[in-house]
Amino acid sequence: MTATLTVVRPGALTTVQDCGRRGHAHLGVPRSGALDAAAMALANRLLGNAPDAAVLETTLTGCALCPDRAVTVVVGGAPCPVTVDASPAAWGVPVHVPAGAVLDAGGATAGVRSYVAVAGGIAVEPVLGSRSTDLLSGLGPAQLRSGDVLPLGSAAPHSVPADLAPWPAPPAALTLPLRPGPRADWFTPAALRTLISATYRVSQHSNRIGLRTEGPPLERVRTGELPSEGMVLGAVQVPPDGRPVVFLHDHPTTGGYPVIGVVPEAALAAAAQAAPGTPVRFTLR
Amino acid sequence: MTGNRPVQVRPAGRHALLVELPDAERTGAFHAELLRRRAAGTLPPVEEIVPGARTVLLDGVPHPDDLARRITGWDMPARASDEGPAVEIPIRYDGPDLDRVAALWQVGVDEVGARHSSYTYRVAFCGFAPGFGYLTGLPEALHVPRHDTPRTRVPAGAVGLAGPYSAVYPRVTPGGWQLIGTMPDPAPLWDLTRDEPALLTPGTRVRFVAESGTP
Repeated sequence: MTATLTVVRPGALTTVQDCGRRGHAHLGVPRSGALDAAAMALANRLLGNAPDAAVLETTLTGCALCPDRAVTVVVGGAPCPVTVDASPAAWGVPVHVPAGAVLDAGGATAGVRSYVAVAGGIAVEPVLGSRSTDLLSGLGPAQLRSGDVLPLGSAAPHSVPADLAPWPAPPAALTLPLRPGPRADWFTPAALRTLISATYRVSQHSNRIGLRTEGPPLERVRTGELPSEGMVLGAVQVPPDGRPVVFLHDHPTTGGYPVIGVVPEAALAAAAQAAPGTPVRFTLR
Repeated sequence: MTGNRPVQVRPAGRHALLVELPDAERTGAFHAELLRRRAAGTLPPVEEIVPGARTVLLDGVPHPDDLARRITGWDMPARASDEGPAVEIPIRYDGPDLDRVAALWQVGVDEVGARHSSYTYRVAFCGFAPGFGYLTGLPEALHVPRHDTPRTRVPAGAVGLAGPYSAVYPRVTPGGWQLIGTMPDPAPLWDLTRDEPALLTPGTRVRFVAESGTP
């Protein structure tokens, strides 16, 4: 019998995430995976889990869970109040949750996405090599609902757990390094200067597909449609309204709007934690 | 301009290249060459090979500059017309946009299916949804525009036309294509129990076979 977690409070958007699906982009399958991959990796390391063990990713409002056996968990990523049966518990370090107790990861006090990792990992059936929920194409488990029961993996440690590790603070201001291309030549020289000199703000319409921004529109020198082409993680796509969108893990694999530049994957963890309204600067590198 | 060069390689971040070809035919030939080299074990490590309409994206490339230099020296034979896997798609020509397409093609409604099923198509690329393939092969005179306002719900199995492409919707989604028919059982388009879940992978040749009968 495997241990299970029952979802008591699903929160606004809680999904199962791991390192995502690779090698299927040519079939229209997004990569998916934890948006703050560094937070997922650190939470797993604190438990001695394999680095790709599946975790829960919550959005702004957290979630609450009840295990049927005693389990060890880590709540990390965006800081939030943590309780076990309504008693305060620690954030960012391993916490013991007795069988039948309710673990509540509360609303984020800063940042956007908290992660709940459980010793042994969330053991839903993988789809195309990943347990991740893909919201764009509907692969993997659906977003959590009240009463869902999630199987857990066996908690045999993959490595010696780290006992203490620093969690980065969510960004008060977001700086995203950018390499121009592949379609930087579709924009005026002034547009590229605007992109790296203006301050944009994170739009409230951001989601797992893209970090949308508000700010000065980028002017194109070429009009008309771009024939559909492959899109990489971190691509900064510019739709007709001229406001750059940074593609995150659930982005479509092909698209028809020009990409002015690409933000490296390592910078996207901070982007995943930038709340609506956070100022964004793009820097050339 | 670099329009005379057969291949233009564009930067796409630290670990990817976007290779641009002059037309759909040479894009298909380049994609086929990549698959041949990968099967032969002579392609450097590449995590994703993603064809587009006029491009192939190579993503997850440890040394993109090295690969870019090699690619520009490649000799790429044109793809043979019988190269690649072939599938048949049963179709009933019963779509809600048949009248409109017949008018655009300036033929009778009954003639739309006869024309559409007379060509051999090829999957140029995928996207939009898992298993959604963009099929080329319709002559330019038969290209039709999209709807100005997309439908909020297109059923799984609907066969649509837009610009140079035909496609079969693998699942229910919104969509703006002109719907001319239905694949009676769309389940094979995307089947996660198969080793290859997509029926229509890039490079696959497709024939539509008309079924009689009413839906």
